[in-house]
Amino acid sequence: MTATSAPTNIPFDETKVRSGVLQSLLSSDPPRSRVLSLILVAILFLLAATPFLFSGSQPLSTAAKICVFIVLVASYDLLLGYSGIVSFAHTMFFGIGGYGVAIALERLGAAWTSVGIGLLAALALSAALAAAIGLLSLRVRAIFFSMITLAVASAMAVLASQLSEITGGEDGLSFQLPPALRPAFRLLSEPVFGTAVNGRLLAYYLVFFVSLGVFLLLLRVVNSPFGRVLQAIRENEFRAEALGYRVVAYRTAASVISALAATVAGALMALWLRYNGPDTTLSFSIMIDILLMVVIGGMGTMYGAVIGAALFVLAQSYLQVLMEAGSSAVAGVPILPNLIHPDRWLLWLGALFIVSVYAFPGGIVGRLRQRGN
Amino acid sequence: MSDMTADATTAAELPRTKTDWVPLALVPALALLALPFVGEPSTWVTLTVAGLAMGMMIFLMASGLTLVFGLMDIINFGHGVFISLGAYATLLVLGPLAGWAQADSVGLNLALLLLCILVAMAVTGVVGAVFERVIVRPVYGSHLKQILVTMGGLIVAEQAIHAIWGASPIPIPLPETLRGAFVLGDIVMERYRVVAVAVGLTVFVAMQLMLNRTRIGLLIRAGVENPEMVEALGYRIKRLFVSVFVAGSALAGLGGVMWAFYRQTLTAGMGMEVMVLVFIVIIIGGLGSVGGCFVGSILVALVANYVGFLAPKLALISNILVMALVLIWRPQGLFPVARR
Repeated sequence: MTATSAPTNIPFDETKVRSGVLQSLLSSDPPRSRVLSLILVAILFLLAATPFLFSGSQPLSTAAKICVFIVLVASYDLLLGYSGIVSFAHTMFFGIGGYGVAIALERLGAAWTSVGIGLLAALALSAALAAAIGLLSLRVRAIFFSMITLAVASAMAVLASQLSEITGGEDGLSFQLPPALRPAFRLLSEPVFGTAVNGRLLAYYLVFFVSLGVFLLLLRVVNSPFGRVLQAIRENEFRAEALGYRVVAYRTAASVISALAATVAGALMALWLRYNGPDTTLSFSIMIDILLMVVIGGMGTMYGAVIGAALFVLAQSYLQVLMEAGSSAVAGVPILPNLIHPDRWLLWLGALFIVSVYAFPGGIVGRLRQRGN
Repeated sequence: MSDMTADATTAAELPRTKTDWVPLALVPALALLALPFVGEPSTWVTLTVAGLAMGMMIFLMASGLTLVFGLMDIINFGHGVFISLGAYATLLVLGPLAGWAQADSVGLNLALLLLCILVAMAVTGVVGAVFERVIVRPVYGSHLKQILVTMGGLIVAEQAIHAIWGASPIPIPLPETLRGAFVLGDIVMERYRVVAVAVGLTVFVAMQLMLNRTRIGLLIRAGVENPEMVEALGYRIKRLFVSVFVAGSALAGLGGVMWAFYRQTLTAGMGMEVMVLVFIVIIIGGLGSVGGCFVGSILVALVANYVGFLAPKLALISNILVMALVLIWRPQGLFPVARR
């Protein structure tokens, strides 16, 4: 197996490990590229300081969305990049988290206990579903898993829109947050650096710190002995089995952990939006977005999730404006305006996606690490 | 001449593989089981015929995928786009020949349908050849990359359909004489569904004959069992791969036409929507098995129809339940294909 080390999986060098808080926070898996480190620090700083750097609600919402998607994409990377299995049910777990919090807050009233109950119930449901799907499909062939997750996820999406008494159907659910997270709540009477410290700000930092925590936890998981076994299975399933590792058990466990993290992300998304519906968490187009983010950012690197999510969400928010301008600029030409119409941006991302899978299997992170060496 | 008689005797002495009857018996057993629950025999016949028609359409769309997987070990998540493309290709025929669709003549209407099918199969066949060359060929052998890349191909192709034909749904009317239903006493059978059953059966029989009675079918079956050996015997397995991929895409196009006239609206996502059913069907049937795909399609469609009639809310997850039950019983599907 020595010859197969891909550029993104440079053998772990024990001698370079320095002890320290940062090292243990990053689970001794630093970015390993100067440019990458700089970008990551910049993203972290910008996300942490968004409320004070930019005014208005649009940048704050974009930043919150980036935080949530970093968790969502990183948890997906645990499956796709580290375990080598493709799931199409990740939005289902994302949705379960969102609906869990939304239903609990709507039915049980706007209190922290409702958030807790909703989240716990959602986590339990996600874990049970992920385990059931994994045990049913992974025991035969990993490829079954992809198809079965697709089938189950689409059935759940239909179910969520049909059971409108519980889920609000296509309209989704709007709900009240606990008082401390409402915009009217003031933690400090005086503004800090010109920004009012209100419930909205607290909600943002709740999203930010929980996302950061879950991300570091996922980084810990992939660098644990458990994560190493997952990578061994990815590289050579037969050999790992022969060494005595229960492939099905490991893959199912990875699928459960990934589902739990996605559920937390869904809960954060619902808390931030004060709303949950099929379009914000369950739709298949979000699943495609996640795939694009993981592959473009870099599969099997975790940091790729940060880069991919930040880039993608920014592009989604701001690139379409650019395409709009381009489209109207070439208005007379046949077909061409259609091709760069803002609604067609997935066309170009899809093409970029195919090229990434062929040419840069390590995505942006893999590219940067290769350059650094 | 003496060789031939020798062949005949050895063929008779060869141990024959036993036909696995249990899954085949599942379909009539299920239909009979549903009878007392449905109650009215006329309703039951209507439901069964409708289910059969649905099953045939799913089979048409799924057969290509399972064949490609069986022979090439390639899982094509972009298969759905060929269904959509086949459906949109009908517009090429319906545009200039709108008069044929309105004519009150069975012959002209069926000719129109046939022409739609031929054009759709030609279009999807050509696109399939390009898709195989550009998207799939570089990733032979790696399932993970196949899933990702064909998914990317699906996104691009779906968006291209949007760019060419527009993003809004396009209504397509059924030809005049195919509308409405045959009524025999209390039994109501939609005409178009009867046509769908006929087309599905024709394709199934043709496929079976080709796979079991022709030289190329023999090569395909041999390729499913052991591609290296077929290559070692001097056949160009790559060429066989490509032609099967093209045939599979063309079958998806054919299924797409039937599905489009059934839904009577065209959307770029219609292929992907039905792919869920297609995947369930090929998993139930056993990846790579055409016969299994046929039985699986009918099974899924019949269950969906009966459950939809008896307990509409449950119908949403009935497919998943059928799949789970089958996989618990036979983890490899109804007709496991050896080798992999």
